[in-house]
Amino acid sequence: MINIQGLSKKFGSLQVLNDLTLNIPSGQATGIVGPNGSGKTTLIKHLLGLVKPDEGSIEINGVHLNGSYEYRKDIGYMPQMAQYPENMKVRELIDFIIKIRGEEPVYESELIELFELGKEMQKPLRTLSGGTKQKVGGLVALMFDPSILILDEPTAGLDPKSSFRFKQWIKREKDRGKTILLTTHIMSEIEELADYLVLLVEGKVRYHGKQSEFILDNEEQRLEGAVAKILEETAA
Amino acid sequence: MKALTIISYQWKDLFRDKWLIGYALIYLVLTDALIRFGGGGPKALMSLSNIMLLFVPLVSLIYGVIYLYQSREFVELLLAQPLDRKSLFAGLYGGLAIPLCLAFVVGAGLPVFYSGAWVQAGWETIFTVFGLGIALSLIFVAIGYLFGLKYFHERVKGFGYALLSWLFLAVLYDGLILLVVSTFSEYPLEKAMIALSIINPIDLARIGVLLNFDISALMGYTGAVFSRFFGSYLGLLVSIGFLMLWVAIPTWQGLRLFDKKDF
Repeated sequence: MINIQGLSKKFGSLQVLNDLTLNIPSGQATGIVGPNGSGKTTLIKHLLGLVKPDEGSIEINGVHLNGSYEYRKDIGYMPQMAQYPENMKVRELIDFIIKIRGEEPVYESELIELFELGKEMQKPLRTLSGGTKQKVGGLVALMFDPSILILDEPTAGLDPKSSFRFKQWIKREKDRGKTILLTTHIMSEIEELADYLVLLVEGKVRYHGKQSEFILDNEEQRLEGAVAKILEETAA
Repeated sequence: MKALTIISYQWKDLFRDKWLIGYALIYLVLTDALIRFGGGGPKALMSLSNIMLLFVPLVSLIYGVIYLYQSREFVELLLAQPLDRKSLFAGLYGGLAIPLCLAFVVGAGLPVFYSGAWVQAGWETIFTVFGLGIALSLIFVAIGYLFGLKYFHERVKGFGYALLSWLFLAVLYDGLILLVVSTFSEYPLEKAMIALSIINPIDLARIGVLLNFDISALMGYTGAVFSRFFGSYLGLLVSIGFLMLWVAIPTWQGLRLFDKKDF
């Protein structure tokens, strides 16, 4: 359960999140969408403790995020653009994260096979392509079998085969009752993976509910059209 | 414990870095050349100290800023793990500052030992020169991290301020002190001069070197005042004490900034 109450955040004079309240029950796959600068990444960073709120509170699985960090054992995070120490090898990075988390991975070998990373394990990270680095990011996020997955543009840079396999894995995790938060600008991906939708506009929740109802309420066939309609209305 | 894990992996990463090896090699070649052509042990170490006073702060400062910027996404990824910020900062700081110290000590130290220059120079001089080099590395990596954290999203600014601070502390500061001395020459300035030299770590290190070599003619104004005020031995201890404070304060400030920072 992720419980966000009255969350506000300003960067300089820019109000990025504005009194945002949101409850995400456990076991749901939720897509977070919104235009650029709507506060999606800032919201995710708050959940990870990377950014500290000006006002409001966040509770994840009953833990108030007030400087605590142990709650992140329950979270697997896949960043938008994974960057790693240049000279470190993939194998070393995996071992490093295992030591930092202090837990044994559950799906390491399955994910290495899924992303076809076997041949890359002894290569320095600087020699990997952007897509392969993204696969490494997926491996790091998923291998510990955490109860919450936070995925920031997860398929950006992945080749079609890896993207397909990755989405299959996410669907399986969803069926296993994981809480999944997904941000992406690819609306078809949200349609495919998420049941629930959070639409952020100017740091506020414009819609939170079932994705199917959102599409129906806006008399559209596809999510992309419904989101575009709302954003045009807001701009007008 | 997690800080040690981060340090060990950072070392592995850094020791494969050509820049760090290059940094050590520069000292090796320089020190070797100074010993061969610069008139033996103490003189060579004196010349090495002068180079160190300019070069160590510059490299540590720039490396500190760049390293933090290069690690930005990785820092974010690590902060998304069950890891406290203090351990991560300690890991990042130790992971860079210690290899830089080692590169200096090994690079400059090898020629001193294989040439036998240490016999002429004596242990006290060796410890002073290398101790000051280590202190300057620790101080300026911490200051570099401070600028890097303060301007985490404005790289050009962070880099620019770091360079300016080096220029000010290493080059302009002594000129300003001389200006103050000549302007207020009618007044007793000794205590003010001691205070002014304490707030510049490069000046403090320079005083430490000069007091150790006991070369009053080259001491400069602040060094001469220090020597007169404290005597050589106490003066050296005072300068070392304040250098330790200089290590502690920016490191602590960096930790505070890192702890509060929005990434």
